[in-house]
Amino acid sequence: MPVPAKQRRRFIWTSIGAFLAVNFLGFLRFFFPRTLFEPTTVFNVGYPSDFSLGVDERFKQLARIWVVREADRIFIIFARCTHLGCTPDWKPSENKFKCPCHGSGYTPEGINFEGPAPRPMDRAHVELDAQGEMIVDTSKLYSWPKGGTDHFNDSGAFIPV
Amino acid sequence: MGDQENGGSQKKGLSVLVDEAREQAKALTEKAKKDIVEPLKQPQKTSLYKSIFRVRHDETERSRALGVLSNVFLHLHPAKINRDAVRYSYTWGMGGITFYLFIVLTITGVLLMFYYHPTKGQAYRDIVYLMSDVPFGRLLRNMHRWAAHLMIITVWLHMFRVFLTGSYKRPREFNWVVGVILLVLTMLLSFTGYLLPDDQLGFWAVTVGTNMARATPLLGNEGPFGAQLGMTAYNDVRFALLGGSIVDANALLRAYIWHCIAIPLIASVFMGVHFWRVRKDGGISGPAPVQLESEIKKGPTVYVAPQQG
Repeated sequence: MPVPAKQRRRFIWTSIGAFLAVNFLGFLRFFFPRTLFEPTTVFNVGYPSDFSLGVDERFKQLARIWVVREADRIFIIFARCTHLGCTPDWKPSENKFKCPCHGSGYTPEGINFEGPAPRPMDRAHVELDAQGEMIVDTSKLYSWPKGGTDHFNDSGAFIPV
Repeated sequence: MGDQENGGSQKKGLSVLVDEAREQAKALTEKAKKDIVEPLKQPQKTSLYKSIFRVRHDETERSRALGVLSNVFLHLHPAKINRDAVRYSYTWGMGGITFYLFIVLTITGVLLMFYYHPTKGQAYRDIVYLMSDVPFGRLLRNMHRWAAHLMIITVWLHMFRVFLTGSYKRPREFNWVVGVILLVLTMLLSFTGYLLPDDQLGFWAVTVGTNMARATPLLGNEGPFGAQLGMTAYNDVRFALLGGSIVDANALLRAYIWHCIAIPLIASVFMGVHFWRVRKDGGISGPAPVQLESEIKKGPTVYVAPQQG
């Protein structure tokens, strides 16, 4: 018995629609590359004894980080404003970080106190290698979201000295 | 008798037919000589150039209308428009100016592409080169930049006019939707063009702009329900826009392709639909028809409001 024209038409249009839908999904997937050729996020910043108290700018250009030494610990501030991702400036004379894009200000510990930034600047993972040098990884970040949990005291977020 | 007569007329008819056929053949030969052979002998008298236009143009109304209707470039235009549609105090001409600016941007943009490499390191140098050394380079770049700024302004003014005159109402609802899509496409063109000079301004503007995409609901890694859906900085909508997790070479190339090829193509399709719908929905939305004094044959129809109470 021949297939009714209506049914046949529906079958063909469904096939075409399904084909195009699958193609569209492939089209979307196309925009997500599997392999990235981005700069490394792991840096050796040297021995803790290389750093004196305060904010150190040595690795800002290379690794987008500040190494901050306090009396009892060293931690790494990832130099990305938590507002919309610009790189703030360290202003030694005003003893604060200031973002040039929309004016967010941070204390030397990276805690936001003015401007639109919603939370302190993130801190990067840091650990000592076998030689006692500090290895920083900016792909592992510790944050303190507004009203959320403070991860700045997690292990890996600082090195006690 | 009848047979004889018939036979006679047949005989007579046959010779007449042969003669007629000869006459016709002669005429055809003459015509072929005149129309085909003679022109071949005088190629400078060709009708080739007339053949560019599908109809003969003269000053009759019909011919003028056909001239628009049968021309590929003009056929999107109505052959005739309402006199009121050209009242600039009403339409502001903003849609037309926007389209004109799009054409300016296409031409200057294509020319700029001849000197621009969408690669890190090279891109900014090419801009400096265009601005300082390429003949007319500075003029072209400034034309492109100013036309881009102006196009954003004229698109908004066009939308404002359409809104004020209520031209988004039935039967033009769908064309308003198409217009909103074109507005978004125009702003996307503007945004993707921002990164291309690869200077501090563009780089940080795009950094800021794409960081906003992190906050997209469902599709952004910092947006509502993003984390619950497994969005990270390496698989969310921002990642797809940048082709990576940072504004780098991939982002520059993607901005370039979207800016120069993909969005202009998409916008052109929507523009075609937009203009076509303007006509199909009753022409450019105009004010109440104006009647010239010379056209008033009888006295004007006066509507008298009924007396109150």
